Amino acid sequence: MTRFIIKRLASMVLVLFAVSVITFLIFNVIPNGDPAVRMAGKQPTETQVQAIREEWGFDKPIYVQYATTMKLLFTGQMVSYFSQLNVVEEIWKGVPRTFALAIGAAILWMIFAIALGLWSAMRAGGISDNLLNVFALIGISMPVFWLGALMNQYLGFELSNVLGFELFPNGGYVEFSESPWQWFHHLILPWIALSVLFIGFYSRVLRANIIETMDEDYVRTARAKGLSDRRVLLHHVLRNSLIPVVTLWGLDFAVVIGGGAILTETVFNLQGVGQYAADAIGQLDQPPILAVTMFGAFFVVFFNTVIDIVYAALDPRIRLEAGDSA
Amino acid sequence: MGEPLLTVSDLRVSFRTEGGLVQAVDGVSFDLDRGEVLSIVGESGCGKSVMAMTLMGLTASRNASISGSIRLGETEIVGADDDSLRSIRGERMAMIFQNPMSSLNPVQRIGDQIVEQIRAHRDVSKSEAMERAVYLLNAVGVPDAKARARAYPHEFSGGMRQRAMIAMALSLDPEVLIADEPTTALDVTIQAQIIDLLMELNREMGLAVILITHDLGVVAEIANRVAVMYAGQLVEEASLDGLFYDPLHPYSWGLLGSVPRVDGERPKRLAQIKGQPPSLIDPPKGCRFRERCPHAFEACEGPVALEPRAGDPGHPDRCLLPVEAKRDLRKLDSGRIGLEEAGAGS
Amino acid sequence: MNTAADRAESDLQEFDSPPAVTGGGEAGIGPWRLAARRMRRRRGALAFGLIFVVLVAVCLLAPVYADLVAGSGPYENHLTDQVTVDGQSVNVVGYDGIPIGPTWQGEFLLGADGNGRDVAVRLLYGGRNSLLIGIASAIITTILGLIVGLLAGYFRGWTDSVLSRLMDILWAFPVILLGIALGTSLALGGLALGPIDISGGSLAIPIFVIAIIYVPYLARPIRGEVLSLREKEFVEAARAQGMGSLRLIASEILPNVLSTALVFFPLLVANAILLEAALSFLGAGVQPPEPSWGTMIDEGVQRIITAPALAIVPGVMLVLTVLALNVFGEAVRESLDPKAKVRIEH
Repeated sequence: MTRFIIKRLASMVLVLFAVSVITFLIFNVIPNGDPAVRMAGKQPTETQVQAIREEWGFDKPIYVQYATTMKLLFTGQMVSYFSQLNVVEEIWKGVPRTFALAIGAAILWMIFAIALGLWSAMRAGGISDNLLNVFALIGISMPVFWLGALMNQYLGFELSNVLGFELFPNGGYVEFSESPWQWFHHLILPWIALSVLFIGFYSRVLRANIIETMDEDYVRTARAKGLSDRRVLLHHVLRNSLIPVVTLWGLDFAVVIGGGAILTETVFNLQGVGQYAADAIGQLDQPPILAVTMFGAFFVVFFNTVIDIVYAALDPRIRLEAGDSA
Repeated sequence: MGEPLLTVSDLRVSFRTEGGLVQAVDGVSFDLDRGEVLSIVGESGCGKSVMAMTLMGLTASRNASISGSIRLGETEIVGADDDSLRSIRGERMAMIFQNPMSSLNPVQRIGDQIVEQIRAHRDVSKSEAMERAVYLLNAVGVPDAKARARAYPHEFSGGMRQRAMIAMALSLDPEVLIADEPTTALDVTIQAQIIDLLMELNREMGLAVILITHDLGVVAEIANRVAVMYAGQLVEEASLDGLFYDPLHPYSWGLLGSVPRVDGERPKRLAQIKGQPPSLIDPPKGCRFRERCPHAFEACEGPVALEPRAGDPGHPDRCLLPVEAKRDLRKLDSGRIGLEEAGAGS
Repeated sequence: MNTAADRAESDLQEFDSPPAVTGGGEAGIGPWRLAARRMRRRRGALAFGLIFVVLVAVCLLAPVYADLVAGSGPYENHLTDQVTVDGQSVNVVGYDGIPIGPTWQGEFLLGADGNGRDVAVRLLYGGRNSLLIGIASAIITTILGLIVGLLAGYFRGWTDSVLSRLMDILWAFPVILLGIALGTSLALGGLALGPIDISGGSLAIPIFVIAIIYVPYLARPIRGEVLSLREKEFVEAARAQGMGSLRLIASEILPNVLSTALVFFPLLVANAILLEAALSFLGAGVQPPEPSWGTMIDEGVQRIITAPALAIVPGVMLVLTVLALNVFGEAVRESLDPKAKVRIEH
């Protein structure tokens, strides 16, 4: 197991390095024109551009530029030239909000996916199964920002006008420390909006897995043991069907935190990391976008490594495949 | 021996499919006595596995329809509700399967899988059940059972997994063990070990076994009685000696001819039964083996019942040829089978 | 747990080999014709495919609609103009800045946007752009994905290492972040790589960005298939005949991975359209005043309180298009390769 972890961590470091190089290339090398001008934002003055050129080392060789960029980023000195605010500090402010959104949504979509996946697998080919399939397809065909905007407008705003009280608030975020209830209340709609796509996708994957697993020999064994249908379904069929889905869940959770939540945050004005990047796009303010891209990809890579390790600890077969006998 | 332990009478199982109605089991009847090993032999696809599943009450699908009767002591299995079936499965009748590689849950420890079965039927604590599981694993020959109970199936070899399956099947002292091709997926040396284990259990615990197989070598070692199944029907039923020394149905000759004999003169090549078993969707009227049988004649197109035709009430068959003709045609002792001879000549 | 058709199938699998249980009519048919036959049975999916074709056709006719029906181009402002509705003259954009809603007549059929532009006209022109981006980028992704997958899988060694690592790294980025990063940096400066010179506002930027992002999603499964195909006998045979690598890839391997590419294609288009919308919504995709469904939703969401139709109309078109592609794509997948696991993020 130790060897597996070390191997996995080493490959993570390599990927992180490669990711940082690619990000650096995307922002500083591939596009046309003077990178200093792009960093400076909408209407830079010549002195500003000159200052940026020196700070980022754009007049130096490319490897020095890379090193300088990394230094600015990881020593927390990177500054937005549009707002003059420290980029890393701004990102840290958004992190708890992004996590609150992602964790809640991930729990929500998993619960619903399991319930709906089980339901339709049990009724495969029936009317309710087909109906759920249609809903799932609509769910994965809807852009989250559009769905979110409509929910915010009609459930958050119009409905409150009709009812005379706020069944759902109209966007915004309240700190948990300020009021746990308000925090929860403000996150309900964003959680739902973000979950819809994943519920649609996961319930179908799970349905297919369950149906496949029901044909497994060990499920026949479980039935021959005289277990109750419920126990066979939950302990043997569902448990084995969930294994691939749980991996997927981890990966998607990482992706949502690493940037997938941008659209939802923006629409509901949650002021998370993603919205910080989205606002920066509007201002053509490049340093925040660079930083969020880098950190987002880093988080995804890091989290994937963690999942691999946890997964190997949970499922004994993986370790064997990875060539680790310990 | 008195009342038989298990009585199957006129069992029929059919499935509705896109292609039509598949009559997988078509009017099968037999008895199983206490302490007896009954072997059901036949080719792949003859319906023997479906029958085994049906005996356990596991053929549950909307497309299946089952009729006839399966009586285990006083209990009727056909048409029984889920609760009473569940109290029989694992408790009074247990089953082991062809592929021990895939028949154990890959993410559950071996010991836990046995404990699960015990606790599904008995109100005992986890540790008591685990004690029993370790005892059973030890009894079926899993070395270092206490430690191995904590292992996952993939850490066991094929033979060890089948032993674990047997331990699990025995965990509640069932009256009947149904073994569906228990050795087919195993190496030859391991096969012998598993067969020995089953024989031991049969002898020492008086466990009644229904052994489903296509391997007559296995049958010869362990069975008391043999039923030959073809295209959903039993075509011959006999004691072990009765079948091996006096097989009455041409299909049985074919099966026997396809086993290499260690004793006596070896045939130049192994006999094969020509042709394919008939489709179970619309099986031929009359004798179902007719189209592959070199000795078929007009009467074979009419109905053929399974009845004692050679005088011995314990040895019925489903072939209309006169008994003398059968004994003449098969020429078993020379190592050549009547079928092969006829096949080679045509 | 008595569940439906699937369990019937599982019971039927108990026949060790299927004895002509399923209709044997599909034996001698090639995989493509078999897929076509399965596809033809799926009327619902075909209907959705037709919906997509109609949507494309309607969007292609945008200039005709603009000229003959609406009498206004996609960029024409009518901020200070008036339009006659039900015999009354109404401001296209009110003094309070609220644009006119749907009039259900030739001019401003679906109302006007904040700049007094005809929403219906922009919807069709925007659709043209969204569909162009979706289809063009999916074509580029397919070509690049095939090239990368074929080279990596066939040559293995360092070619595979380099390409696969590159794919892994692209894969590590969340799709939307990579899109934003590439989209903003290129939108600011444009792209100049050797002979390629694209200005920042060009549609080619989002096409290129989206195409690149999805390459690993196709290249990985293709590579896996090629890895196993190159060991197959027919490839060995061709190699033994002295066929060159590139010809071998083109004539022996490529035809066998095309079905995978075909399975991905409609789903790639669907996801590319969604990603275009997301990027445009954030300002990293299509740049105003160029219309696309994404930019229109963006403009609409900003005015959702006073003129919700501006957000709803392009959104409905988008969902309808993507839904049609997803339904059709799922049917293609199930017809061609029911076991394929397709996963594309957006």
